[in-house]
Amino acid sequence: MRRLWIGLTCVVFALLLGAPVVRIAIGAWSEGWEGFRHGLTRPEALHALGMTALIVVVVTVVNTAFGVLFSLYLVRAAWLRERMKRLLNSIVDLPFAVSPVIGGLMIVLLLGPETALGAMLERGGIQIAYALPGMILATLFVTFPLVIREVMPVLQEIGSQQEEAASTLGAYGWTTFWRVTWPSIRWSVVYGVVLTVARALGEFGAVLVVSGNIMFKTQTATTLVYQDVENFNLASANAVALVLAAGSVGLLLLMEWAKSRREG
Amino acid sequence: MHVEVRGLTKKFGEFPAVNDVHFSIAKGQLIGLLGPSGGGKTSILRMLAGLETPDSGDIVFHGTRVNDLPPQEREIGFVFQNYALFKHMTVQGNIAFGLEVKKWPKNRIKERVAELIELTGLSGFEKRYPHQLSGGQRQRVAFARALAPEPQLLLLDEPFAAIDAKIRQELRAWLREMIDRLGITSIFVTHDQDEAIEVADEIMIINKGNLEQKGSPWDIYKNPETPFVAGFIGESTIVEDVSTLRGFEQAADWPGTKALIRPEYVEIGQANEFRLLSATETGRVRHLHFRGSEWLVEVDVGASRLVTYRSLEKEVLHPGEEIQVLVHRAYLFNDNDSWIMENRLKEDPMPVHI
Repeated sequence: MRRLWIGLTCVVFALLLGAPVVRIAIGAWSEGWEGFRHGLTRPEALHALGMTALIVVVVTVVNTAFGVLFSLYLVRAAWLRERMKRLLNSIVDLPFAVSPVIGGLMIVLLLGPETALGAMLERGGIQIAYALPGMILATLFVTFPLVIREVMPVLQEIGSQQEEAASTLGAYGWTTFWRVTWPSIRWSVVYGVVLTVARALGEFGAVLVVSGNIMFKTQTATTLVYQDVENFNLASANAVALVLAAGSVGLLLLMEWAKSRREG
Repeated sequence: MHVEVRGLTKKFGEFPAVNDVHFSIAKGQLIGLLGPSGGGKTSILRMLAGLETPDSGDIVFHGTRVNDLPPQEREIGFVFQNYALFKHMTVQGNIAFGLEVKKWPKNRIKERVAELIELTGLSGFEKRYPHQLSGGQRQRVAFARALAPEPQLLLLDEPFAAIDAKIRQELRAWLREMIDRLGITSIFVTHDQDEAIEVADEIMIINKGNLEQKGSPWDIYKNPETPFVAGFIGESTIVEDVSTLRGFEQAADWPGTKALIRPEYVEIGQANEFRLLSATETGRVRHLHFRGSEWLVEVDVGASRLVTYRSLEKEVLHPGEEIQVLVHRAYLFNDNDSWIMENRLKEDPMPVHI
């Protein structure tokens, strides 16, 4: 009986997780090395991967900085009322609860060219929807809770006493943060950053809605894979997908390492 | 540093944590803030440190009002209840922190840290991290860290609460000696009356946000000003109608007055053990409890039950036995007033009552 369960678990694991990766790898090499190389070095693939990289970098930097700040305020700020903190705390989880597609749609509805705000910005030469800023906004929305959800519990756990001790010893906010708070939360921040990068790399729904998926303009790696599949260009689709998958596996390994450091 | 506090008040929501507290502390004194948990002691300490903002009232250090100064500029040292050591820094790093922040020159920091490690007996532990130290050692690191920047006022929040009983004794004596040697004005918070009585020059009793009494431990024990203080310091039993006890008949003149009687106010024994037999009355032993170095005896006298101690050297009593009871004094209180009443028969050389 036990063997059966173990066997079943292995089969489910292999079918759900193992098979797709193997299938992608085989698919990527179905036309040999040349096919793989071509799939990646097509101008549209290079552009899409570049877009993805740009979005990942901007989103990670912004969400890390503001995620840490937001966590600090939510946990420490004495000027925020307890009830307000609880409200904000639950709003943080909104992107988890709402489908990313709806997140993207909200941006289009708020800042699309047909809206007052969007039209005004467009007259000023700034395009949000169907352009890079909108895609960054959409990815920011989707990844917003990740850093906060990692950092907040740690801040709560370490308490404010070490920081108060630093203040009675003459240290002001900035020094206290870098010398006392940061060493305690840095591995959680790293963990949150890894999650953010992984999520931003793989984001599809929100970006698809906001970007319009215009080749050479607003196409990212994931939406390119989508388009390749639609066009039956499977070898190329698999090549890009394999690069994304490899990136994710690398991140997962990094995540495990960060987790062990955090617990150590 | 001379500390003066006037009309200090702090509310947390509707709950008055500290209520119009006034006191002043002379330079170099060691003061114990004593009271039950949740009585506002720690809030007072944190307001002195600038970690909490008072709703009203003035805090004056050395004649200067410091209400608007942040903790960084109050020249205080603060020892937290759980020490709050920087856990990713070594002992040395912890002690040096305040000096580095204040931009002391490197060689002076080194000297000062070495001096404090010597003073606190932490030699050999400089490179250890807090989690590699015992509770007592952590306490001393916290103390050294607070003292490093040469503060004018040292504030300690329940400094011994997290340490086991035996080491606590040692640390108390050590702290007392250290503060005497440095001559720094210090205030510590505790809920343990033995600790306050043993260590402090003066005690302030805090209850429900009010300062009930301030004075030397002996003074507070001898002349409690409020029923709360009388009941809080030492042990005691409350007697509802003290006028039924011999020698306290006068108490009937103040209706609604209760008495608080400490074990040490009561003497018991066989008739031959008393010189002034006329001041005693008959009671019955109810229970005997062995307390390691003496007997705790519960005695019924009329409708009242009194508690007292009896030396192991004296003749052993038995439950149910009839004995003589002498009540030396009682602390009387009612809603508006409180005073100490001595046994009238004890003082009267020619007692009329038989």
